Amino acid sequence: MGADQGHAVTAAPGDARDQILARIRAATGADGHASPAEKVDEAYAALARGYVSSHHDPATCDIVDLFAERAADYRAVVERVPPADLAFAIARVLAARATAQLGPFVVPDGLPAQWLAGVPAAVQLASDTPPLSAAELDTMAGVVTGCAVAIAETGTIILDHGPGSSGQGRRALTLVPDFHLAVVLAAQVAADLPDGFARLNPARPHTLISGPSATSDIELIRVEGVHGPRQLHVLLVSPEVETAP
Amino acid sequence: MSTPVGGPHPAMPTYLGMPAFPAAAAVAVADSQLRANLAHATRTIRAKRAGAVAELGDWEELRAAGKAIKDHTLAHLDHYLLRLEENVTRAGGRVHWAQDATEANAIVAGLVRAAGTDRVVKVKSMATQEIGLNEALAAEGITVLETDLAELIVQLGHDRPSHILVPAIHKNRAEIREIFLREMPDAPAGLTDDPRALAAAARAHLRQAFLSAQVGISGANFAIAETGSLVVVESEGNGRMCVTLPETLISVVGIEKVLPSWRDLEVFLALLPRSSTAERMNPYTSIWTGVTPGDGPREFHLVLVDNGRTSALADGTGRQALRCIRCSACLNVCPVYERTGGHAYGSPYPGPIGAIISPLLRGIGSPADASLPFASTLCGACYQVCPVAINIPEALVHLRAKVVDAKREKIISPERTMFGVSGRVLRSPRLLAGAQRGAWLGGRLVARSGRIRRLPRPLSAWTDTRDAPAPPRESFRAWWARTRGTR
Repeated sequence: MGADQGHAVTAAPGDARDQILARIRAATGADGHASPAEKVDEAYAALARGYVSSHHDPATCDIVDLFAERAADYRAVVERVPPADLAFAIARVLAARATAQLGPFVVPDGLPAQWLAGVPAAVQLASDTPPLSAAELDTMAGVVTGCAVAIAETGTIILDHGPGSSGQGRRALTLVPDFHLAVVLAAQVAADLPDGFARLNPARPHTLISGPSATSDIELIRVEGVHGPRQLHVLLVSPEVETAP
Repeated sequence: MSTPVGGPHPAMPTYLGMPAFPAAAAVAVADSQLRANLAHATRTIRAKRAGAVAELGDWEELRAAGKAIKDHTLAHLDHYLLRLEENVTRAGGRVHWAQDATEANAIVAGLVRAAGTDRVVKVKSMATQEIGLNEALAAEGITVLETDLAELIVQLGHDRPSHILVPAIHKNRAEIREIFLREMPDAPAGLTDDPRALAAAARAHLRQAFLSAQVGISGANFAIAETGSLVVVESEGNGRMCVTLPETLISVVGIEKVLPSWRDLEVFLALLPRSSTAERMNPYTSIWTGVTPGDGPREFHLVLVDNGRTSALADGTGRQALRCIRCSACLNVCPVYERTGGHAYGSPYPGPIGAIISPLLRGIGSPADASLPFASTLCGACYQVCPVAINIPEALVHLRAKVVDAKREKIISPERTMFGVSGRVLRSPRLLAGAQRGAWLGGRLVARSGRIRRLPRPLSAWTDTRDAPAPPRESFRAWWARTRGTR
């Protein structure tokens, strides 16, 4: 680990930890004793949570529509496509991007092969096995991924990375390339944060994405496009939409 | 307690030599460019925040839940910190504990050296600003590259942050363009002051640094005890770069940032973005748990920092300040902040929250810290917008009492003498009547057209900034004694 020097600077390892815990216990009136875990868990479970679990009722509101509207609010390009047209739409979006930016599109492991079935030969694809370096990722024209969950209320796409994630890749894949095409399935859309977070596995790394990268650092005016991908294109796959002419 | 409120804190070494708030504020309000920049920015964000909050019909319930979760966590802070430590360690991270800034900085410097580099990329964090990490690392020969656009502007401009969320809020686009052209060797020659062009210049400037970074340093908005997960909320993607691309990640986090469980994010990720940037959700949030093979840093260190927080925890009224999630909504609504800007507060934490958190963390030993609880009109707008319902006016009044109590033992001040005399006069009807007659006579000497505009010292402290009406010829009591209300 090479981290032992970090501890060497403290007089005695663990000393700061004991001191801080002792001060906390003195301050909270715990008389130097830790509170019993069951008591704390009980008190936590009893906390009032008067807020609603969803600000839009999925029974009366089309949350897939809501997601499309809210993601577009943040200047993501959102297109709704029926399942049968997905491969065609992906091919069209990548081909259009390829005319603006040289380089291959990185494809994470586990992305369904049929999604890429329509991609023309002129559009290059790159695999991340073996892993691409950060410098190599910087030469990519973009990245295509799925997602784990989307949140309708906030227009957020959540990627879960790490082993077993389906077609989302490690975090760097959706960070370094300047263009991100994200495929969101209707069934992945949760109405609001409580439902969305309940669907995730906390052990994995997650990235919550709401529109392209942005800053409000100059005069508090929102500007899209800083370090993360400057363009976010979302294909929202839902059966109800009729085939585009 | 090793550092009771009332004594100077040994280790918050920032902004040394800052004058007390009134002196610093007097300089700031004289700067009309600064006032224009601040008024423009705060007016914009105030209206937007109100809209983002009004969209949620249950905002008050979310706010109450946020307050309740934080209060519960603070009451059992030892328990949750130990749980956090256990779960971060289980997930492959290492946890370090630091009592103060000196210890925290030494731990980070040791970790950077152990990683074999002298250059780090860093994402904006209040905790690292508070402990003066950049200066401490520079003294060790380690170069810190700030990657947040506003922090970059501040760093390149050899300036200080003046806002929790938008550290360069005091600069307008033209000033930022000048800084970039002067200090950024790779700034494009034809750089305009369009915010889009300025953001693009920052992107190009930092790109190589991100791609080749060995060590990243971050803070965290939340740390989840139940799972050992850390959460960084941001907009630009520089945070993602810093927590993802380097081999080693060091996160410096105040001990009050812990939350009990994963589920709590449903509350705090609703409260924070709407309160700070007035968005339904900020563009990027990174959540990670220890290390993940094949994805992100191979080494993760969590440095838990006390630095005065346990003193604040011991202060019954002041403890609520530890609920703060650093959204900066209170700055944007504060009539004092809007006019003085952040620098006048002499601390990395400006505005209403800074006026209570700085004296709580550092004590009221220095003139600057003792002046901060008075840097408020007590209008209460900060309390109203606070997403975790910190009663800032209550804490301000509580800290004012502490400052006055601390002075009580010392030499007799003109203010105290005056209040002592006033007390005696107000207790005696005879003395009060005499004083009222005297005031009318005195008023006649100095008033012009019914207003008193200028008084000699020490009364000039009042008339320097405001007029007073001339005392009336007859007081109400004298009139009542004469007429019994019958006229």
